[in-house]
Amino acid sequence: MSFLTSLVNGLSLGSIYAIIALGYTMVYGIAKMLNFAHGDFIMVGGYIIFTCVSTAGLPPAAGILLAIVLCTLLGIGTEKVAYKPLRHAKSNLAVLITAIGVSYLLENLALLIFGADTKSFTNVVTWPGITLFGGQLRIQGVTIVTILVSLAILIVLQLFINHTKNGQAMLAVAQDQGAATLMGIDVNKTISLTFAIGSGLAAIAGALLCSAYPSLTPYTGAMPGIKAFVAAVLGGIGSIPGAMIGGLVLGIVEILSKTYISSQLSDAIVFGILVVVLLVKPTGLLGKVTQEKV
Amino acid sequence: MALLEVNNLCISFGGLRAVDDFHLTIEKGQLYGLIGPNGAGKTTVFNLLTGVYAPNEGRIILDGQDITGHKTIEINQDGIARTFQNIRLFSQMPVIDNVKAALENQYSYSLFDSLTHLGKYRRVEKEITERSMDLLKVFDLDRFAETLASNLPYGQQRKLEIARAMATNPKLLLLDEPAAGMNPNETAELMKTIELIRDKFGITILLIEHDMKLVSGICERLTVLNFGRVLCEGPTKEVLSNPEVIKAYLGDE
Amino acid sequence: MTEKILKAMTPKRKNALNGKSPVMTYLVVLAAYAVLELCIKTGIMSSHLQGLLVPMVYYAIVAVGLNICVGILGELSLGHAGFMCIGAFGSAVFSLLTDGVLPDGLRFLLAFLIGVALATLFGFLIGIPVLRLNGDYLAIVTLAFGEIIKNLLNALYLGIDENGLHASLSNQMALGLSPDGKMLINGAMGVSGTPHDANFTISMVVLLIALFLAQNLVHSKHGRAIMAIRDNRIAAESIGINIVRYKMQAFTISAAIAGAAGVLFSHNISTLQASSQYFGYNVSIMILVYVVLGGIGNLRGSVIAASILYLLPELLRGLNKYRMLIYSIVLIAVMIFNWAPAAITWRENLAAKFRAGRNGRKENA
Repeated sequence: MSFLTSLVNGLSLGSIYAIIALGYTMVYGIAKMLNFAHGDFIMVGGYIIFTCVSTAGLPPAAGILLAIVLCTLLGIGTEKVAYKPLRHAKSNLAVLITAIGVSYLLENLALLIFGADTKSFTNVVTWPGITLFGGQLRIQGVTIVTILVSLAILIVLQLFINHTKNGQAMLAVAQDQGAATLMGIDVNKTISLTFAIGSGLAAIAGALLCSAYPSLTPYTGAMPGIKAFVAAVLGGIGSIPGAMIGGLVLGIVEILSKTYISSQLSDAIVFGILVVVLLVKPTGLLGKVTQEKV
Repeated sequence: MALLEVNNLCISFGGLRAVDDFHLTIEKGQLYGLIGPNGAGKTTVFNLLTGVYAPNEGRIILDGQDITGHKTIEINQDGIARTFQNIRLFSQMPVIDNVKAALENQYSYSLFDSLTHLGKYRRVEKEITERSMDLLKVFDLDRFAETLASNLPYGQQRKLEIARAMATNPKLLLLDEPAAGMNPNETAELMKTIELIRDKFGITILLIEHDMKLVSGICERLTVLNFGRVLCEGPTKEVLSNPEVIKAYLGDE
Repeated sequence: MTEKILKAMTPKRKNALNGKSPVMTYLVVLAAYAVLELCIKTGIMSSHLQGLLVPMVYYAIVAVGLNICVGILGELSLGHAGFMCIGAFGSAVFSLLTDGVLPDGLRFLLAFLIGVALATLFGFLIGIPVLRLNGDYLAIVTLAFGEIIKNLLNALYLGIDENGLHASLSNQMALGLSPDGKMLINGAMGVSGTPHDANFTISMVVLLIALFLAQNLVHSKHGRAIMAIRDNRIAAESIGINIVRYKMQAFTISAAIAGAAGVLFSHNISTLQASSQYFGYNVSIMILVYVVLGGIGNLRGSVIAASILYLLPELLRGLNKYRMLIYSIVLIAVMIFNWAPAAITWRENLAAKFRAGRNGRKENA
């Protein structure tokens, strides 16, 4: 039973990684940049919900909605102000470093506003969950909700990308910005939309992450952000199902290695998986191989 | 004995036969042209000859040595050097360093000497610099020696690519559309340069070119490629007056 | 006419070859050393500031190392803190083992060589898989290796007694040390009691050596091959350059220099811990920021940027809460100002106007 419990917990953590990784992978696929600040949007979402629910006493649903809206706006704004001017810079390191700057900025703003102390987050999922096998396996409500939400997000995203005009525009921009422009696609709008979706997803991930692990600091988003980045690469960066699979694999490996091997070494094992996968398949599980034309 | 002998060369990409039953014989010192409409597979032939792709079938014999399946680096050491259709210079390095880099396998000193500038460093670097300047002079590029390669005008960039290929001391030089994007003056200058390479260094040259003035002006023999297959081959004049060739270029009308 | 323009555009050789005139770089470093040393001797410099000097120098050293990887080889590494970590721990353990056995100078020299050798070895071993990857994949795998190194050292217990070395990844008890045994690495508690062998002067000497090696490399056959691969891999292959060998050389040298900085790190701190604060990916990123702001491929720039950017937040301590906020805003602004195509055009136009104005005035006079 303890194995099942760990597996379910792993699925849940993996689902959160997957939601974050979706944002990473979409932004990477379409804007061709590593948005190092992506993880910090989780933290921003967490603080917004915390303020709404714990400080202002609003219902959790309102807090989550507000977090999604504000994170989306913040994502669009960040792209406009900090990333867009560097889109055609000579080195793509420029925008990477700027993203790092944005990450520092968000963390330090949070530090200034909320302080360095850990805030205990109120679980936004009030449903206690279910008990299976005559009480032997208890699954928390937040665990189930997390898994369902991530599944729903995956399905909606796939439908959106494959069946709407905006989604098709995203695919086009991902393949070739120049050609997309020539076909009359508004590249700026498409990239904005991508950031909006990614940041909104980060806010949802924030709500779920902080509910499952109810402690919130300015650095809460950093490590999950990096792990989600790893998940996105593991699945093949740019691929949406890849991000989902990568996230789940990572979450399950992390929880299982914490339970059965060593909690100290779990991060080493998680990163080790990435190394092994990339050695076998250099573009990730579902990544496409592109060859440079001579 | 021919310098290059290619027989029955084939390669497919995902079921598509890009090059099929290609054959080619080039004698030492010849200036040979490979022509054909766009998409006929000319650059693919170059990529096969230089080991970028391994052929599915066929043999490549260079100077009596079977080099089929050799990797790009080995092929350069075997004696084939090339230029690229879309110029590939070391753009952030000075012109002279582009040539120096190509002397890679002719001069050597250890990594330790590189890091400390001791040992053979000074002596060998002096030789490398002299040799590179000599080569640049041949191509009239010596006055740009310290210019970043990316700052050279287009025509000079093409010449630098040839100079760099020459620095590897090849037996056979492959030029992929050397006159592409050049104005008539530059093309005329290029033709002189190509003949000079052949005459002064005795190097055999195989070139892909669309500029018929250049082709008819300097190539002794031609092979025409169409849809991945050899359409015809022979002395330049004969080939260019062949009705099949004209049809391939102008289409059925 | 074209020729004239070309001549004007032609940068002097020292500018063309990443990192400007080598001699000038040594002079800048020596001058900085002289001024700072004078400030210490005359007592102008506070002890707080004095304490920052060694870290400033070892971060400058890692920046030089990382710049070989990012600027000369053209591959993004986010794991250099890991190599620093290996150099730090390897040398610290050696120093602990030989403390009181060997004379101080010899002990530190050997510890230094061992730290560098270990970082070199790991650079080589990690380079084999990593350098098969491209671009961002390579970056994330170096980050992964950096985290793995930090994580493993954090969980490592190492002790010595009359039966030899004992190691464990679980806890101290598992070592089974005899009562008079000695702990060398105590898991997350790290290594304590490493002799304080590193000082400002030694650090500056190491920096000069690192610069000497790196700048020599750039102006050598090996450096040219490495930069050729950076500029155009396919062309480099076509002229017979062995891609794998040169990439490995550059990456390994880069790791070795990071390891040297690690040795200085561990011999300047009383308790060495493999914590995220010192060796996490954040530190690798911080060093990358130094390299990019100092100029990709510009070795002198790396040293200057590392020194200024390391000291800046420390000197802004008076502003306390706001210092990192200011730092991050400045970072974003500088990146946009330096790199955004629009900003570059604007700056060029401004410069042209300024020149035109000056010439106009000259003509009038």
